[in-house]
Amino acid sequence: MSTTYREAVREALRAALHSDPRVFLMGEDVGRYGGAYACSRGLLEEFGPERIRDTPLSESTFLGAGIGAALGGMRPIVELMTVNFSLLALDQVVNNAATLRHMSGGQVSVPLVVRMATGAGRQLAAQHSHSLEGWYAHIPGITVLAPATVADAHGMLLAALREPDPVFIFEHAMLYPMEGDFGPNGAADITRAAVRRAGKDVSVIAYGGSVGKALEAAGDLATRGIDAEVIDLRTLRPIDDATILASVRRTGRAVIVDEAWRTGSLAAEVSARIMEGAFYDLDAPVARVCGAEVPVPYPKHLEDAALPQAAGIVAAVEQVVGATHG
Amino acid sequence: MTTTVASVPLVERDHAFALLREMLRIRRFEEKAAELYSAGQIRGFLHLYIGEEAIAVGALQALGPDDAVVATYREHGHALARGIPAAAVMAEMYGKTNGCSRGRGGSMHLFDVGRRFYGGYAIVGGGLPIAVGLALADQLQNRARVTACFFGDGAVAEGEFHESLNLAALWKLPVLFLCENNGYAMGTALERHQSQTDLSRKAQSYKLPAEQVDGMDVLAVEAATRKAVDAVRQGKGPYFLEFLTYRFRAHSMYDPDLYRTKEEVERWKARDPIPGFEARLRAWGLLGDADLARLERDVEAEIAAAVAAAEAGTWEPVADLLKDVHTPVAQ
Repeated sequence: MSTTYREAVREALRAALHSDPRVFLMGEDVGRYGGAYACSRGLLEEFGPERIRDTPLSESTFLGAGIGAALGGMRPIVELMTVNFSLLALDQVVNNAATLRHMSGGQVSVPLVVRMATGAGRQLAAQHSHSLEGWYAHIPGITVLAPATVADAHGMLLAALREPDPVFIFEHAMLYPMEGDFGPNGAADITRAAVRRAGKDVSVIAYGGSVGKALEAAGDLATRGIDAEVIDLRTLRPIDDATILASVRRTGRAVIVDEAWRTGSLAAEVSARIMEGAFYDLDAPVARVCGAEVPVPYPKHLEDAALPQAAGIVAAVEQVVGATHG
Repeated sequence: MTTTVASVPLVERDHAFALLREMLRIRRFEEKAAELYSAGQIRGFLHLYIGEEAIAVGALQALGPDDAVVATYREHGHALARGIPAAAVMAEMYGKTNGCSRGRGGSMHLFDVGRRFYGGYAIVGGGLPIAVGLALADQLQNRARVTACFFGDGAVAEGEFHESLNLAALWKLPVLFLCENNGYAMGTALERHQSQTDLSRKAQSYKLPAEQVDGMDVLAVEAATRKAVDAVRQGKGPYFLEFLTYRFRAHSMYDPDLYRTKEEVERWKARDPIPGFEARLRAWGLLGDADLARLERDVEAEIAAAVAAAEAGTWEPVADLLKDVHTPVAQ
């Protein structure tokens, strides 16, 4: 049955709220408004205000309260609306959520799930469009997920609720209307990257909102005689090295697509791991297609130019493949 | 600033001894810690509570074993008063595995979840949202528990203070906000960091019942906290107490203490909560020289044993460095 990414998130929330009385959702406008991206529409009516909690605009405190509630035996899901707003809560993430278990000598766990929208594409300019999930992937003690499909939007949230430690889920804002099927499988495997298209000439490694662009580029490349493999990272921390390295060892070439800024990016991290693990299998230098190093601008033509696009991925792949022969 | 002693005792003898003993334990424990710091046995930051002992001791009398405590980085006194053994606190400061946080946290991050002591937080204001969340969990699970959250006057300038008081009041959460106003945010005096220096008025603006209490008087602290705990436990929502106090030592062992005058420090030392309480007990005929000598001897023996336990403790093997970054998952 076809549904949307947004509905898949909502159905996972409903399933979790039905199956576990410890689960509750809190965040800005998750209740009466129905969620800034409508993911929780209808849940207040179904589950009531104790479990679908509208919060004041106090990101740091309601995220910290999520940590405290998790310590107190609950299973909170905190929605932070967007990644740019999440910066107001970063103290609680870095200094508390990620540290409490290690710093206490293993006395506590923080079973907290945090969801937020990330990414550009809707002309929301420089304070609602960034891709900062790579910053979160820098932090030991948390798990970072980036569902790129309808099935993962559903299954990763259910999987996150089984984890004993904090899990951060980054939902690319452009994916919410995407249609697909989440199937009957429930919780997804969150330990592995996925090969979304098999190919033999080059490994195109992407995540979140860039996976679709990578697949579009691969379709275009096929018409030019280049057979690209597309890998969806899915889990940004910990990164599944095995799937990436197995692919690169077969293809000998890698292009990494990352909507975030290039400097200090996840793309840089993946590139380093390829150098460490598959250097002698490479036929060409690793290439990256990243967001331009600017605050994301408002006008459509400039926003498009600031983000990775299928045409840019095609060009990068052609250069990498050409370098082999050049 | 002398206190008039009431003509009849305000406290029973056994309880008076317990209060005095707890304050003495904390005082002597920290004097020893300072000595060990100078000797290089304790490293990192060491923030002494000396001068403020009446607050932790008085306030924690009012909590039961199911209630929770969230503290700051100046929390040795709270940990001891909550019942964490002195040996476990001292070993933690040594960084040994028999420390209350396995040596991972040190002086600023004491944890003992069995005693519902949810940690020392070293980002000013950072513990308040955690306390709000612990209280939310209790409310959602219909448990008549109280979460006591300690913080200093410096935290009042942080956004998390305002967010947390607002959220706790809005949702009527069972949190007891305990502000230890020692007049300084590190080295910045209250009147140099607050436009409104009556901190209880800030709490009142969020519709919390709020009171100022003499933080140098252990009996006043206990009485005010008992009243507040009763209200919170009855489901009336959060409560705010501002304890007026002073730290006699520098902010940390690194602090040259250049920002306040000797006269000011001496003025407050004249109100030292320990000799002050001793004098009242003597006036009431509850305490004699022999009693005090016995208390001091007991405390000295306990601290000597704590130091010995810390010295005898073992270091965590480097092979365990990454242990407990994540919760081990049963296979």
